[in-house]
Amino acid sequence: MRNIPISALIGLVFTGVYFLMAIFAPLIAPYGLAEIVGDVWEPSSSVHLLGTDSIGRDLLTRMIYGGRTTIFIATAATMLSFTTGAVLGFLAATVGGWVDQALSRFVDLMMAIPSLIFALVVLSVMPVTIPVLILVMGLLDSTRVFRLARAVAVDITVMDYVEAAQLRGEGRIWIIFREILPNALSPLVAEMGLRFIFMVLFVSTLSFLGLGVQPPAADWGGIVKENKDGIVYGIAAALWPAFAIATLAISVNLVADWVLNRTTSLKGGRGG
Amino acid sequence: MHPVLKLVSQRLALGILLLFSASVLIFVGTQILPGDVAQSILGQSATPEALANLRAELGLNDPPMTRYFNWLYAALHGDLGTALTNGQDIATSMGRRLGNTLFLAFWAAVISVPLAIFLGLLAVRYRDRWPDKLISGVTLASISIPEFLIGYLVVYFVAVKLGWFSSVAMINDGMSLLEKLNAIALPVFVLVLVVLAHMMRMTRAAILNVMQSAYIETAELKGLSSFNVIFRHAFPNAISPIVNVVMLNLAYLVVGVVVVEVVFVYPGMGQYLVDHVAKRDVPVVQACGLVFAGVYIGLNMIADIVSILANPRLRHPK
Amino acid sequence: MNDQIEFLKARVGAGKMTRREFVGRVGALGVTAAAANTMLASAVQAAGPVKGGTLKIGSVGGESTNSLDPALAASQVPFHNLYQFGETLVNVEADGSLQNRLAEVVESTADAKTWTFKIRSGVDFHNGKALTAQDVLRTMERHSNEESKSGALGILRGIESMKAEGDTFSLTLATPNADLPYLMADYHLMIQPDGGFENPAAGVGTGAYMLEVDEPGVRHLWKKNPNYWDSSLGHVDEVEILAINDSTARMAALQSGQVHVVNRVDPKVAGLLGRAPGISVKNVGGPGHYVFIMHVDTAPFDNNDLRMALKYAINRQEMVDKILRGYGSVGNDMPINASYPLFDETIPQREYDPEKAAAHYKASGHDGSPIVLRVADGAFPGAVDAAALFQQSAKAAGIPLEIKREPNDGYWSEVWNKQPFCASYWGGRPVQDQMYSTAYLSTADWNDTRFKNADFDAKLLAARAELDTTKRKAMYSELGMMVRDEGGLICPMFNDYVDGVSDKVQGWIKDPTGDLMSGKVSQKVWLA
Repeated sequence: MRNIPISALIGLVFTGVYFLMAIFAPLIAPYGLAEIVGDVWEPSSSVHLLGTDSIGRDLLTRMIYGGRTTIFIATAATMLSFTTGAVLGFLAATVGGWVDQALSRFVDLMMAIPSLIFALVVLSVMPVTIPVLILVMGLLDSTRVFRLARAVAVDITVMDYVEAAQLRGEGRIWIIFREILPNALSPLVAEMGLRFIFMVLFVSTLSFLGLGVQPPAADWGGIVKENKDGIVYGIAAALWPAFAIATLAISVNLVADWVLNRTTSLKGGRGG
Repeated sequence: MHPVLKLVSQRLALGILLLFSASVLIFVGTQILPGDVAQSILGQSATPEALANLRAELGLNDPPMTRYFNWLYAALHGDLGTALTNGQDIATSMGRRLGNTLFLAFWAAVISVPLAIFLGLLAVRYRDRWPDKLISGVTLASISIPEFLIGYLVVYFVAVKLGWFSSVAMINDGMSLLEKLNAIALPVFVLVLVVLAHMMRMTRAAILNVMQSAYIETAELKGLSSFNVIFRHAFPNAISPIVNVVMLNLAYLVVGVVVVEVVFVYPGMGQYLVDHVAKRDVPVVQACGLVFAGVYIGLNMIADIVSILANPRLRHPK
Repeated sequence: MNDQIEFLKARVGAGKMTRREFVGRVGALGVTAAAANTMLASAVQAAGPVKGGTLKIGSVGGESTNSLDPALAASQVPFHNLYQFGETLVNVEADGSLQNRLAEVVESTADAKTWTFKIRSGVDFHNGKALTAQDVLRTMERHSNEESKSGALGILRGIESMKAEGDTFSLTLATPNADLPYLMADYHLMIQPDGGFENPAAGVGTGAYMLEVDEPGVRHLWKKNPNYWDSSLGHVDEVEILAINDSTARMAALQSGQVHVVNRVDPKVAGLLGRAPGISVKNVGGPGHYVFIMHVDTAPFDNNDLRMALKYAINRQEMVDKILRGYGSVGNDMPINASYPLFDETIPQREYDPEKAAAHYKASGHDGSPIVLRVADGAFPGAVDAAALFQQSAKAAGIPLEIKREPNDGYWSEVWNKQPFCASYWGGRPVQDQMYSTAYLSTADWNDTRFKNADFDAKLLAARAELDTTKRKAMYSELGMMVRDEGGLICPMFNDYVDGVSDKVQGWIKDPTGDLMSGKVSQKVWLA
């Protein structure tokens, strides 16, 4: 672990800070989540480090709580989508035949309906709570993971070493976890970072369209939305949460990139 | 039959079958949307007789199977019915919206796909050097910002402050191509930023993955230039995941741009569908669903076929 | 020198000289640019309307499900579309007076039960047919038909019989109504050929503009009607109405010069928008109000103590200050304010009182579970924030509110008038009777609080027939108190209509009955 590159270190630090802030939000937030403490869109001051929002709540407080919501939802949904998507994708690729066809076509069928529209329809019918949000987002996204995992795994299953393993009489589980998973890891990890960002953006988009996190709670996307009217007049309140989303996303990806490099070098490639 | 031909025709047949099952799914899905269609047309103060009349008129009393086949038969003949809410012909009004959506998607794709692949190759060529880091950093930042914020920032700086392009990307038949392109410049820019990073990063990852293979080392040992190695040897073998991610993003450009439509007031399919879902305008929702499914299934079929054709191991089975 | 300036001013006014030329020329005469601009504005204003140009309107409230059928108009874009092609028998002017439009003479019998409208002659519909009293009759029949989906159905219910004879249309009411002509000014009641029975959404009327392009939820283009009967109205050649629902996009469109006027400027950006060059913010106080409405027939809101608790638990002044940023005035839990004729100023103002709220809450015996308040951004500008403020002030009184944010799309069809407690707004009506008849009479279609009170109904009908204004005023005062103390309406504030207007637009009039000069912007303004 000594030779962690500087970029990955930055990524780790930022990701760590954001996650810690999310966990300890109630302890660090200077004010209450929905507490109105000042005038509308006050500039930053010693009392309100980031100023106040569109109805005079402390922006830093909202950011801290918003991060908690965003990170929690995005993490949970990413995990759900990866477990479901990757397992089914590998299964489809290794088993092949009608299982592959059935799963692939079902996923195609699900994906044939745009996920945002699908989410809008589902969420306009179901009660919008955080578990429902996670479930909808995770399952919808798992179709994307499935396709990628399957595409990668199909290329790997025709490799000689998999054939060798099959000839050795290894079980399906063994092949999936010992042969396919390590070799499919790098594209999957690269994808996981992106999927995490997509989750963050997906929650934000849903909040933007009014179907995400319900007030007075807010995710970062929701805070952008609450303050977006100020953008056209040079009021930066909406830029802070956007900046937070961007830095979180970049940090997570720096870490993902590093993991990607590590896994490829583990395979004995050059220059690792 | 050549195995590749067999695989391709299998995919084609599957695509058609899939479209058919999608139509069933859409039909069933719209039937279980909560809220009675007749009730939502007439409003809550409707009398029971008026409701009964309308239900009969709409054929809601027929068995679901009959209704499905009637709908499918009409749809196959290009008759998508009329919108319940404002009585407009769906094929006409949706056609215009679909045209707009495809127009926007086309220009976004024309710019973003070659650019993404080029940048991906460039990043691999200069792996871990500053061009790679710069490209990765910029594309990463561009997807990490919510698209509506990129949209508003672009509107503020380019349209309001500089006055270069219009913030309202409304196009209509009376405009020349140049005027239309001028109108959609900003949404195209935002969409390119949004889809570029995903495609570029997958290109990079897929090629890097291939770069680990022994034959790349052979090629390098042969003394081929590094760009030659990447382009001639690594890229063809990485096509399958790249095509997959390109198709995903193309599909996104067609079906997932509601937010950009809202910000730039662009008259596309997304907003059209969302409006009608809200009003429980079932015929329109069905028609849109069918079109989206068609676009999506078509693009995926292409991705699958390209993957088959591009995989030498599948092309020349042992 | 003055003669010269006057001459130049006249030339600009007549459109023979550009603004830039004018400033240059008077500059040569030793006048500063700022002074020149002021002169120019007065010159253009004084010279009277300039004909021509395309007026572009960016409006909230347009969906691809909209129709041009006047009966179905319920949001902003359809509302403004109606005023392009359609005309009513009479019109309520900005000062509250009635002006005859398609009716030339309006008369009634002494008991205000039978009303006669002499229909203007020489007026043609856009399809070339001449307007007749028969068309008026058919229009009223379409809207008052029991199967009608018209938003005007409620206000026409009191009509017992109607007939068309020669060039007059007359109607007889079941109960007298001194305000009947005001009802005929309702925007749904645009006169259509043969009442619009055949093709209600054709967009054919007698108005100043004719339909050119109809793309619901996107844009509507209207061209000047060359045969329009009233030459004093309709100065621009074309009117383009763009549906821009997103408020940031709407403001940006105004600032980047893509539209000339926008409606629904969010009060929190009104000050900022007003500072932008070439743009002014026009606000006018009127009968429009932002409300939280409870269904009085649905638990837990069927308990008047709970309703009173919620009414005392809202901080009205804070709402006006923070949500309207001063662009409005406090409400008093009734839909009427001083902008209405016969308003009783002596009705005490209800104040925020957490103790009384807590007492009523206790008396209601509510189980303490959170009360769900549904809200969407589109309910009214700042609705979500207002709900958050309400939640805070109610919490101080020990009343738990749970805010459920709904999507804007479908809010008016799926939440409003369906869910028991939600945010909403009312545009107001020109007279008290119409406001109460539209939303508080037991039989009203839009009785969005489910307020059904036989006493109230009887008194409202009595007030309608009362010709003595003193007595009438006292009756309206009592009606107001009934809604205030028993109704399901929580009315924290009356909003100003806030529009953003480019300096290119001349002849703007403050009309308190609606946004964008109550729909008449395209008829009265001209482009400099």
